[in-house]
Amino acid sequence: MDFELSEDQEALQDAVRKLCAGAYPMATVRSLEAHGGVERDLWRRLADAGVFSLRLPEPDGGVGLGSSEAVLVFEELGRALVPGPLLWSHLGAAVVDGAASGELVIGGVERRGQGGPQPLLLVEHLAALDRLLVLDDAGVWELEPTAVKGELVPHPLDPLTPLHAVQELPPGIQVAGPDTAAAWRLEGATFAAAILLGLAEAVTDMAVAYAKERQQFDRPVGSFQAVKHILADMLVRAEVARAAVYAAGAHLDDPGVGDVLRAVTGAKLMAGDAALANGKACIQVHGGMGFTWEVDAHLYLKRARVLDTVFGSTQAQAEVMAALI
Amino acid sequence: MNLRYSESEERFRGELRGWLDKVLPTVGPPPASDDWPGRRAYDTAWQRMLYEAGYAGINWPKELGGRGASPTEHLVFLEETERAHAPYVGVNFVGLLHAGPTLIAEASPEQRSRYLPPILRGDEVWCQGFSEPGAGSDLAALRTRAVRDGDHYVVSGQKIWTSHAEVADFCELLVRTDPHAPKHRGISWLVLPMDSPGVEVRPLRTIYGTAEFSEVFLDEVRVPVANRVGVENDGWRVAMVTFSFERGTAFVSELLQSMELLESLVGIARSTRDGAQPWDDLGVRRELGHLAADLDALWSLTKRNVTQASRTGVPGVGGSVFKLHYSEVRHRLGDLALRILDRAGLSFDDLGGARSGEQVKGWVHALSISIAAGTSQIQRNILGERVLGLPRER
Repeated sequence: MDFELSEDQEALQDAVRKLCAGAYPMATVRSLEAHGGVERDLWRRLADAGVFSLRLPEPDGGVGLGSSEAVLVFEELGRALVPGPLLWSHLGAAVVDGAASGELVIGGVERRGQGGPQPLLLVEHLAALDRLLVLDDAGVWELEPTAVKGELVPHPLDPLTPLHAVQELPPGIQVAGPDTAAAWRLEGATFAAAILLGLAEAVTDMAVAYAKERQQFDRPVGSFQAVKHILADMLVRAEVARAAVYAAGAHLDDPGVGDVLRAVTGAKLMAGDAALANGKACIQVHGGMGFTWEVDAHLYLKRARVLDTVFGSTQAQAEVMAALI
Repeated sequence: MNLRYSESEERFRGELRGWLDKVLPTVGPPPASDDWPGRRAYDTAWQRMLYEAGYAGINWPKELGGRGASPTEHLVFLEETERAHAPYVGVNFVGLLHAGPTLIAEASPEQRSRYLPPILRGDEVWCQGFSEPGAGSDLAALRTRAVRDGDHYVVSGQKIWTSHAEVADFCELLVRTDPHAPKHRGISWLVLPMDSPGVEVRPLRTIYGTAEFSEVFLDEVRVPVANRVGVENDGWRVAMVTFSFERGTAFVSELLQSMELLESLVGIARSTRDGAQPWDDLGVRRELGHLAADLDALWSLTKRNVTQASRTGVPGVGGSVFKLHYSEVRHRLGDLALRILDRAGLSFDDLGGARSGEQVKGWVHALSISIAAGTSQIQRNILGERVLGLPRER
């Protein structure tokens, strides 16, 4: 048993962190609001770095790595607040030509149950997509985004995740069966958890840096226990979530290690908890400044909210977990 | 990153399991919690069995009588003994998990050969004399004084919250040997024989209603200078070594017990009372699921901490992270249990179906977890200052 990163994994983590720092500094991330969250040249740089082809076998032009490595990559994308349909383009690379290379931008949406009135159907990044994948219990379906009738939501919570409210999805072409759909649900939840983990860590770093610098009562505010303890709790939530998320990646790679569904469910729940609580705490530590548009804290919290609603919310995962105990 | 146990780790697990299957049926039920002589006899007899089978001091060096196993094998040992409901480490806790590792790291060869083997054999029991009425979280404020008189120290003062003091043979004692030095610098770490004249132990009744720990009064107790571990006035650093072990794997058994507590609570929630099941309450179900995720994550964190310890040789800050979150989880678990039990949670006896009393005890126990071994507030300071690099409060 060795629950630490290997040298190769550390190198991968480091490379993605550098890529994000170079290609997605915060000024660039913020500028993407004008592009619906996706800018093609930047998208291709993610693809060139293997973000979408990471788990594809090498003969298919992929990198041939596992879910443990994908977790590290998504954690870094979360830390840098990289917007766009990252999860779906990564999953979709297995079934849509051109997704792995970044030539096509793939979005997706989960459809729960069948028939009857559907809950509010919100499609992310619709205007920026080349293909839309629909995931339901029967499999995965590919749609032309232009065939999807929807209305742009005027004020999305996360300015970098534009939404379309869609009444009905056209049928589309089936591109994968129920087994793939079930696997994607687990993978999607794990990688969403990894992004949430990255968000939880980023806001911890941001709040700590601010608390060391910001002076009140002639002292850095981080010296006060009232503030210090908020920051320590942020660290604890992130570290506990990290253990759960890395474990989920390892379970996907080696299902013999334990109950995969339980590991993934717990990871999504813990990471969602950490990102949401830490996002709020970061704003609290920033005081009034934290409530402004200029300070980045709100963008992380809003992204955490978006990600909490995909591949099973913390509430839904808590129920799944209850069914497993 | 590999969560699979190696072949040799699995082989160790298999052997241990086989041995436990064979011997546990011969071990009787534990004595009542307030029967201290009975507890000592029970716990030390178990330690003797472990010793004779080669399972004492799993992670202690071989040359000091231990098994010399890896941290992962230590984890396997704790996991298997807990899952098999083997006797808990009990009164041997301080000796095996505290004093022993500190002596291994800091004591002279003579001290090691005197004190370590009897700990492993279960012949001698230790207690901890760190806290004082005026020095709990601010441990370095301790006032118990040791004045040099020839080749003895003359020790006077008072210790408190001393578990197992009534049945202990030795106490790891922190004393002030230089009252004029800055408070962290004038402390020494002594081995106090509990039968020394001038040592008086008075049990303290806890909120369980029973005596779990004691006050220890020290009135001009003569302790040989040879019983000092480490350099005079360097005891604070030695104590910090003790703490790093305390925060390492000391909570593994606790965590596994919590997982069982949760399972038994699920059983209670699923049983019908007054025509309804608490399980039918969505909020109850979600909180149970949430707690399971928390405990699973803490188990994963334990594995990460153990891996880090085996790479670096010392337990890192993971122990503080673990303890803080674990304390909160145990508070939530206890609160939920009492919510589910409703009026059946008004007794330490089983009133609300199977094992409701243990849930009530668990609720009370949680109150101590966030206090003992460094309060949650102290843990937050440790993480804030030593990990996040925040300035100290003045």
